[in-house]
Amino acid sequence: MTNNHFDVTIRVWRQNGPDEPGRMVAYKVKDISPDMSFLEMIDVLNEDLIKKNEQPITVESDCREGICGCCGLVVNGEVHGPDEHSTVCQLHMRRFKEGDVITVEPWRVKSFPIIKDLAVDRSALDRIIQAGGYISVNTGAAPDANAIPVDKETAEEAMDSAACIGCGACVAACPNGAAMLFTGAKVSQLALLPQGKPERERRAICMLEAMDKESFGNCSNEYECEAVCPKEVKVSNIARLNREFLLANLLGKTEPNAPAKHLISTPDVPEED
Amino acid sequence: MKLDAQIPAGPIEKKWDSHKFNVKLVNPNNKRKFDILVVGTGLAGASAAASLGELGYNVKVFCLQDTPRRAHSIAAQGGINAAKNYTNDGDSVWRLFHDTIKGGDYRAREANVYRLAQISNQIIDHCTAIGVPFGREYGGLLSNRSFGGAQVSRTFYTRGQTGQQLLLGAYSSMMRQAAAGTVKVYPRREMVDIIISNGRARGIVARNLVTGALESYAGHAVLLCTGGYANVFYLSTNAAGCNVSAAWTAYKKGAGFANPCFTQIHPTCIPRSGEHQSKLTLMSESLRNDGRIWVPKTKGDKRPPNQIHEEERDYFLERRYPAFGNLVPRDIASRASKSMIDEGRGVGPTGLSVYLDFRDSIKRQGEDKIREKYGNLFDMYKQITDENGYKVPMRIYPASHYTMGGLWVDYNLMTTVPGLFSLGEANFSDHGANRLGASALMQGLADGFFVIPATIGGYLGGSKFEPVSATAAEFKAGELAVKHKLSKLLEIKGKKTPTEFHRQLGNVMWNDCGMGRNEAGLKKALKKIPEIREEFWSNLALPGTTMEMNQTLEKAVKVADFLEFSELLVKDALERKESCGAHFREESVTTEGEAKRNDAAFSHASVWEYTGEGKEPVLNKEPLAFENIKMAERNYK
Repeated sequence: MTNNHFDVTIRVWRQNGPDEPGRMVAYKVKDISPDMSFLEMIDVLNEDLIKKNEQPITVESDCREGICGCCGLVVNGEVHGPDEHSTVCQLHMRRFKEGDVITVEPWRVKSFPIIKDLAVDRSALDRIIQAGGYISVNTGAAPDANAIPVDKETAEEAMDSAACIGCGACVAACPNGAAMLFTGAKVSQLALLPQGKPERERRAICMLEAMDKESFGNCSNEYECEAVCPKEVKVSNIARLNREFLLANLLGKTEPNAPAKHLISTPDVPEED
Repeated sequence: MKLDAQIPAGPIEKKWDSHKFNVKLVNPNNKRKFDILVVGTGLAGASAAASLGELGYNVKVFCLQDTPRRAHSIAAQGGINAAKNYTNDGDSVWRLFHDTIKGGDYRAREANVYRLAQISNQIIDHCTAIGVPFGREYGGLLSNRSFGGAQVSRTFYTRGQTGQQLLLGAYSSMMRQAAAGTVKVYPRREMVDIIISNGRARGIVARNLVTGALESYAGHAVLLCTGGYANVFYLSTNAAGCNVSAAWTAYKKGAGFANPCFTQIHPTCIPRSGEHQSKLTLMSESLRNDGRIWVPKTKGDKRPPNQIHEEERDYFLERRYPAFGNLVPRDIASRASKSMIDEGRGVGPTGLSVYLDFRDSIKRQGEDKIREKYGNLFDMYKQITDENGYKVPMRIYPASHYTMGGLWVDYNLMTTVPGLFSLGEANFSDHGANRLGASALMQGLADGFFVIPATIGGYLGGSKFEPVSATAAEFKAGELAVKHKLSKLLEIKGKKTPTEFHRQLGNVMWNDCGMGRNEAGLKKALKKIPEIREEFWSNLALPGTTMEMNQTLEKAVKVADFLEFSELLVKDALERKESCGAHFREESVTTEGEAKRNDAAFSHASVWEYTGEGKEPVLNKEPLAFENIKMAERNYK
């Protein structure tokens, strides 16, 4: 043990299955290096539990470099932990000190049911994409990539929206459990690019409809989503989503099955920054 | 084992077109009668599922993540190559073909590589059309950057997140087909067996990772798009979930495994900080466009880098390879760094790193320009190391990153098992002994979007299929065998965790079969691996049961397979008594210390054949003919 190592206590949400009761359980984790990532600290704890033939904490992560969007924890009440605009796999133990008590919880969102411990089911986000988060071009039909110029600023803005990693932090941080930032990011990316324009109205309507079906909440301009987004996706994406949706309705380009309730449930349009 | 590569006749420029004309087609109305099982949803799997769905096939696609959008292709940073020649710097299909063959050190199949170069341009067109926001110039047209192993700028990119954007593009196309009903997505499923019926791949058994239940799926063809096995080294740039298990299952079912010893070490990764390290983070090779790699000229110079003056620095890549400088291929850059460190000139607290310095580029272009190009990489570096790469040079060290070896496939991407195909990193076909940067994304999408849609018809249209259902005896037997294996793991009740065994194996692989390999070390590894394997099967700690979400069990299965596969990898490395590409045998070097091939003895793909539990595998060879490119010693000077 080198002298800068330290001990912490973590209080973790343990829950055996979706319908089982859950509870917070405290564990002491010793000899933590400040260079460890937060998930590596949990690895250390889990290795101990396995050796004691206890069930380790189920926690999801894959790339551990902040891009796959798999990890997602609430650390001391903060979505993805205390670092700004970062995934929890990029959180390092140098943010903590000897004797800290750290609470670790899963995303707590109605639309993301808990599977086990800290693992949740975010498949609702896939179903939103499935409803229209694409450009309907079959393989083989594309013109030359440079046939349609896109001004650099627009391309960069589309990329800002496209950076979403689908981790669900925006939903977890929203007091209403809204998926507006996630949905808005995809709608914006594809509405900004000329390639996505032909389907823009239909896309906005269908994706919002899918979002409603998954019982995500509505936007009430809390800006919590933007504050926690690891990829700094901006709430202006929500404004654009609303505009796209209103435009689609004004043009009467609703899907045959899209109920009129959308017009009523459309949240306030936040000021664009 | 019969190795017929099915390379079409005719001049290389015409092979793909004439092949597409000659293969059997499946009538549009008949396509929906064929069930195709796609395992893995990275670039290869997602693009294959999307394009096969568009054609009307009935596709089922499986991934072990919670959503298909998380496959590890997402982590690729730098870019994707294409022979567009938008930069007017002399690029062409022929040059991309040439660079890829040369970069692979003349150990790839010419016909496949030529096709890859041809298709590269279509990929950029298609990805632009489906909304991938590639970087652009002010005029609105696509922008390019340079990558290792090439003297032209042919790499397309979306900031430092090219893999992410391409994967999300392929994923969205696949989800469009899910909406259309041609693709059904099965997330949180791990393929645990491949079912062979009458000599053909007719289905898979998958473990539902939430419930633990074994589920059987029948089909007319199985596509393994399951990525590479770099995690055999324990520490690598791969995601935690990356594994060899699917490919290993295929091998045990009769698929030849080609060139397992061709593993790539990436030069620009963030150095490890301690024993707890769970993964290594890559910094895109594109950084070498603007970063200069150096070590102090004096051994053991512990001064902070900014106090080491220009004349006291050794920019060793620029010195040794003036023509390519910092942009030499990955294997060469990695070995050069290693040799500096071996000389005692490594830097940082452990001495196990070299500097990647942006000082001069920032001076020349301004910090903003550098931030615009690589901002996310600098942020990531800061997050991990707590150091500001704009102010002090980054520290980098090579890490296991990509595997060129994989399942042997013919020109149609079919393995030696009829009906079992392999796409992307999981196969062996395009990168020879070393992959060039920005070529993995190109290959994954070429295989999935463009090759398999054309070649699978030849198999399906040219075969008669007897009906096979997922309740057939073959599937039940497969499920039973898997059940038995999983229970056996749980019954060990030992003391060491799967991760401890994995780390132990990784140390052996890295030390004895890593960047430099020699006969004594490889023989030592061949002795140690069975010892670790034996201990694994008698001392594994594994809590819980099979019928629940059990991440330790998932890990144990992967480690069990690595413990078998690693032995094959080392055998292959031992058998290949030449240096080529990333495979560096210390016994086979030029007078200047560079890799020395032995074309007379080793100009072939080594294809290993499974012969049964505990039996020696048989080595088969696919000779490689170079009819279009003259074999030469790779020279980047």
